[in-house]
Amino acid sequence: MSTETSSTKKSGGFADIKKMFGGGQSNLRQFGILGSLIVIILLFQVLTNGLTLSPTNLINVVNQYSYILILAIGMVMVIIAGHIDLSVGSVAAFTGIVVAKAMADWNLPWPLAIVLGIAVGAAIGAWQGFWVAYIGVPAFIVTLAGMLIFRGGNQFIGQSTSVAVPSEFTYIGAGYIPDFGPFPFSTGTMILGILGAAWIVYNEWHIRRVQKKMGSTSSPVWVSVVKVVLLAGVILAAAWLFATGRVGTSFPISGIILVALVILYSFITRSTIGGRHIYAVGGNRLAATLSGVKDRRVDFFVMMNMSVLASLAGMIYVARATASGPQDGNGWELDAIASVFIGGAAVSGGIGTVIGSIVGGLVMAFLNNGLQLIGAGADLVQIIKGLVLLIAVGVDVWSKRQGRPSIFGIWSQRRKARAAADEPVLESSGTVLPTNDNASAESLRS
Amino acid sequence: MPSEQHPILEMRSITKEFPGVKALSEVSLTVNAAEVHAICGENGAGKSTLMKVLSGVYPAGTYTGEIVFRGEKVEFKDIRSSENAGIVIIHQELALIPELSITENIFLGNELAHRGVIDWVEAKAKATELLARVGLDEDPDRQIKNIGVGKQQLVEIAKALNKDVKLLILDEPTAALNENDSQHLLDLIRGLKGKGIASIMISHKLNEIEQVADSITIIRDGKTIETLDIAAGEINEDRIIRGMVGRSLESRFPDRTPNIGDVFFEVKDWTVQHPQVAERLVVKGSSLYVRRGEIVGLAGLMGAGRTELAMSLFGRSYGSFVSGTIVKDGEEIELRDVSQAIDAGLAYVSEDRKVLGLNLLDDIKASIVSAKLKKISRGQVVDDMREYSVAEEYRKSLRIKAPSVDMGVGKLSGGNQQKVVLAKWMFTDPDLLILDEPTRGIDVGAKYEIYTIIQALAAQGKGVILISSELPELLGIADRIYTVFEGQITGDIPVTDANPETLMKSMTSARKRVQN
Repeated sequence: MSTETSSTKKSGGFADIKKMFGGGQSNLRQFGILGSLIVIILLFQVLTNGLTLSPTNLINVVNQYSYILILAIGMVMVIIAGHIDLSVGSVAAFTGIVVAKAMADWNLPWPLAIVLGIAVGAAIGAWQGFWVAYIGVPAFIVTLAGMLIFRGGNQFIGQSTSVAVPSEFTYIGAGYIPDFGPFPFSTGTMILGILGAAWIVYNEWHIRRVQKKMGSTSSPVWVSVVKVVLLAGVILAAAWLFATGRVGTSFPISGIILVALVILYSFITRSTIGGRHIYAVGGNRLAATLSGVKDRRVDFFVMMNMSVLASLAGMIYVARATASGPQDGNGWELDAIASVFIGGAAVSGGIGTVIGSIVGGLVMAFLNNGLQLIGAGADLVQIIKGLVLLIAVGVDVWSKRQGRPSIFGIWSQRRKARAAADEPVLESSGTVLPTNDNASAESLRS
Repeated sequence: MPSEQHPILEMRSITKEFPGVKALSEVSLTVNAAEVHAICGENGAGKSTLMKVLSGVYPAGTYTGEIVFRGEKVEFKDIRSSENAGIVIIHQELALIPELSITENIFLGNELAHRGVIDWVEAKAKATELLARVGLDEDPDRQIKNIGVGKQQLVEIAKALNKDVKLLILDEPTAALNENDSQHLLDLIRGLKGKGIASIMISHKLNEIEQVADSITIIRDGKTIETLDIAAGEINEDRIIRGMVGRSLESRFPDRTPNIGDVFFEVKDWTVQHPQVAERLVVKGSSLYVRRGEIVGLAGLMGAGRTELAMSLFGRSYGSFVSGTIVKDGEEIELRDVSQAIDAGLAYVSEDRKVLGLNLLDDIKASIVSAKLKKISRGQVVDDMREYSVAEEYRKSLRIKAPSVDMGVGKLSGGNQQKVVLAKWMFTDPDLLILDEPTRGIDVGAKYEIYTIIQALAAQGKGVILISSELPELLGIADRIYTVFEGQITGDIPVTDANPETLMKSMTSARKRVQN
């Protein structure tokens, strides 16, 4: 059968690498955005004469953006389920001030303060989840209210002033992996890097073994080798950079928290029943409920989880800033939401990945960072960030609408014609078909 | 009343094709001026397609044949151009905006404006006049959502009158109305006839057709069967039914020797309310039973309450439960939500696979396991390998045409999507499968395969409830058929005693209830 051979061909090589970054169904935007990230990093590497990929700068990027990336992890789950959370900045600020006050006024030990912070996040999340899931108020409204309530709450508790936190607490936001061993670099960082690289190798080997056992088609060996070498290489190179920075620095603790959360939540969203349910509810709520998914529980969980992560982000920020202030977390929600959408999530829900959102967040981070390094002002940074968001989502929306005549009409039609041979037969309804015919006819004429 | 015998509308040899399906084949329809013309036919016979051709939803050029309206050949580009010519269609789902007032709705899209500024005083006066013409005594400032469905229907007609309608098309106008409102509406339609406005009425309610129509055109399988003149001949419901169902039953069904066991599933006095309108009962005191290995048909016309009955049994996924009991394997069980229903061994394959059956963003393997993830999980962790091998098994055994189970279900054809949905529910190991229009919108070859699957399930000792609007399908594969009319079960007929006429009779009236 012709479709069978052509699609086996398609699933090899390039598509496989793409799939690795894009999750189950190939998602062009997610793959494209990874390319954009590499281009942006290389571009600024050149423009800043090598400053971008210097150890000091990389550590800076991690320290400055880890809390946004942590928010993006929660936000992508909220957005997959078809909601939004505007309150994360305020929730982070609120938790920050509660924790700072608790340590300053009650002399709460810092480990307990962290537990308190998580509990505050859980309580806020339960509150917002209740309104969204059980009362049915749109999350946009609930969290817009939350944005006001918890911003006000922060300023009420802190009397609109900054509250300093003890120095032990700052470890989670400004600390590094401690130094040990005889080497002139951070041994701990390198061990982590090597573990990461080893896991990449193991995982690829495991996948190939399973595929062989199941009798399904594996990609050619060279694809696996390229994949492993590239990924493991990037991890080791990054570890080396972090390990060889200024004495006393290494991979930041906030970065370790971030990596741990990325691994945990990638696993949850990809491989657990609960994770599947989030996609199911966002993809088609009616079909999900008719398959036995309790959609309200899913809504409640994603909203609650978001606030817990927001409180964690808030504490990391306070630890780094050494104090909790009334303006902490302003505008974070926008950065987090932008990261998620740049990272390939769909506005209508059902699509998105944790890894994709992290890549999207890194695009924002390196853009910000690079522009600052070359001396661009905050005004220009905002304009460029806005345009990047618009273009990333615009390209995606447009590519889903191919077939309509547009300025790219001819190009897209040609591409479609070429792709048509590869695509399996689609069932088209009567009304769509004539439109497509017109479109191709028009593009041929012009 | 001497009716003018010149035609206002002639549709000649209309043929409309969709990819792979000929929806209309050489259909002709002649409507005389000042008459009420009924169009009858089974669900899917092509009635709505014909009306969409007439009203310009399918523009000229997408069908063949010609339309002559008021003596002129017309080619409508869109609904707007047919409305300008004086043809207005009123759909089953009313096109009114609930938050706007009666006046605003009547003039929506046709605002009475001078230089872009709407003259509300004039509009209101005109609205009052139009309301009087349709016999609706209501404040024109009231919001649509605050008046009943019957009155909303009248507002639709007032809106049509405002457009200077010459030919009014009503699609199931009384489907949602009670007896009184229906009567008022039918009187109005007859009254309009006297004022020179012809009507085309699509209805399943044969008694109403008998009452108001002057002539009837029967459509079956996309072809005109006959036009009956009520004034001239002796027309009764039986005569109409014969025209609607009189098709020969070809051997489109696989052979099967049923092996029927004991009753294992019973529903008693099941009553369900409409989800929004509390006083409306969509299922009224229905009782039924299913035996092991038995395929039980549920016949009824659109809106009879079959889907509502099925979904409310399936973990109360429709409406609000009022009363009734479910007994399975001799034990009374209560199914409060869908997951309880699944655990109790029920499966419901919905009639709308794209909206209710599948997440079109998913791939085949994720879709197949989605209703019982527990089965392939260790604790909370889904085992990808088992997911893949389970899905691969179903792909092979049900012959789902896709290169691999990694393919997105959105890219599959209707028949293959339906197989994925069936696989999804077979995967839950149900004892009772409720299949709601499982062959809707799929081609003949795939239908045969679906029938084979259904029969194989029954052969395994599972019970099957098959909801279908196609009587030949029910007669072809069911062992016993319940008929449903207005939320009530009106007949319980072994397939050996059933024929289209008897079924249609108990599907269209509660009074002729089958007495056992």
